[in-house]
Amino acid sequence: MPELTAVARTAEGFLARASDWDRDLATELAAEAGIGPLTDRHWLVLDYMRNTFLVKGDGPTIRTLGKESGVAIKELYQLFPKGPAKLAAKIAGIPKPHGCI
Amino acid sequence: MRHLVILGAGTAGTVMANRLARSLRRDITDGTTRITIVDQDAVHVYQPGLLFIPFGVYTPDQAVRGRAAQLPKTVRYVQSRIESLDTARDTVTLANGEVLSYDLCIVATGTHVAPEELDGLTGPGWGERMFEFYTLDGAKRLAKALREFRGGRIVINVVEMPIKCPVAPLEFAFLTDWFFTERGLRDKVSITYATPLDGAFTKPASSKSLAHLLTGKGIALETEFNAGRVDGTAGELVSWDERMLPFDLLVSIPTHKGAEFITRSPGLGNEMGFVLTDPRTLQARVKPNVFAIGDATDVPASKAGSVAHFEAEVLTGNILRFLADKPLEPGFDGHANCFIETGHHKALLIDFNYETEPLTGNFPFAWGPMPLLKESRLNHLGKLAFRHVYWNALLPGYDFPGIPAQMKRAGKRFPVATTTP
Repeated sequence: MPELTAVARTAEGFLARASDWDRDLATELAAEAGIGPLTDRHWLVLDYMRNTFLVKGDGPTIRTLGKESGVAIKELYQLFPKGPAKLAAKIAGIPKPHGCI
Repeated sequence: MRHLVILGAGTAGTVMANRLARSLRRDITDGTTRITIVDQDAVHVYQPGLLFIPFGVYTPDQAVRGRAAQLPKTVRYVQSRIESLDTARDTVTLANGEVLSYDLCIVATGTHVAPEELDGLTGPGWGERMFEFYTLDGAKRLAKALREFRGGRIVINVVEMPIKCPVAPLEFAFLTDWFFTERGLRDKVSITYATPLDGAFTKPASSKSLAHLLTGKGIALETEFNAGRVDGTAGELVSWDERMLPFDLLVSIPTHKGAEFITRSPGLGNEMGFVLTDPRTLQARVKPNVFAIGDATDVPASKAGSVAHFEAEVLTGNILRFLADKPLEPGFDGHANCFIETGHHKALLIDFNYETEPLTGNFPFAWGPMPLLKESRLNHLGKLAFRHVYWNALLPGYDFPGIPAQMKRAGKRFPVATTTP
């Protein structure tokens, strides 16, 4: 099991390699962001994020999350305050979603 | 006979029609190739002008010309809404009943605002105290509202990304400050800039410079603000995490979407109606004989006219390669170049691509004359002069001397760690 201090991170705290991730690391990442303990609702979102990334190569937008993850946008903001798409991506160990510019 | 169909005669479509008509002139004269371009209306809007209309800097008629006049005579122009694109059968069905069979199709249908996507935005108060400036009508209504505004709270809000011209909302904030300063009302007007981004802009260096400019002009910055609903009667904009911004006048930059037919065509686009596109070759993912350009694509570049201009150079080359059965070149690097009007007759200039964020330095040459990421009068003059460049050089599809499609590294001050070539 990798330690959070031992894995490479970007300047913004995202994992440099998505392959370093496991569920224990997610718990540590969540705690670091002030979120926890992770509930089934959190995991529903995190698993969806990870699967989307593995299939599409980019994390989902907040809009897609609200429509397809099984958790409505309102609740997403309660689970992952401020920026759910960004924060959940960080905890799910995938790169910061492009989505913008 | 080979048939090339271009969907959309905005900036990107018009540039492609002009470039292809020149590159394939002989084939068109021979009768071996023909080009058709489709658009739903007859008016070409100079979209950078929309920013200036609310402040009375441009009148609406200074920002529009006829579409047909911007297109080459050798290209057939059809004015109709596009009903559907069938990539399996290589056909486009138009709302006027015509069916176009194509050998190669270029999707250049751009993006449009969808204010109905934010709960409450098109409800009571829409067009009265809640506005947008991404359409000619919206910009005109906002001009009237700003003229009559005597004081109060103005909130400028980007609902969600991506949007057309990502710097325009910031420019709007700067110009609002300038507008009310000129009218002697600035002390009666509060301005708040609320964005879903975690800073003033998407990239760190420019985000810092622009945040600094906002602060200097007394504009409040509210970051990571994801609008969830708005109440035009009470004048309240509320985020999903229940932060509330009260307003007397809301300038909304609504959700942007691609053309409707794109979401109806299997495999062509994403959920927002942007065409799934290879970011380097500009070939659509759905089928080799479909290409996309400009705001219509899902590539992670700015949705801006300069991007369409740089893409057009690369795409023209790739279309000629495709027609000659040669491999495509991954030539597009995400290059964008934008003036950022900051008010008081000054502007900033930024130049960047997929990998390089906007940096300080000089443009287009290492010696200048225009400074990057720094306010100057010359940049402002450049912005104003651009209207003439747009109609006379950009739309006709000419290359700009000294400004190639690929971003130049010369003249930019790179942070030490990333200067490796």
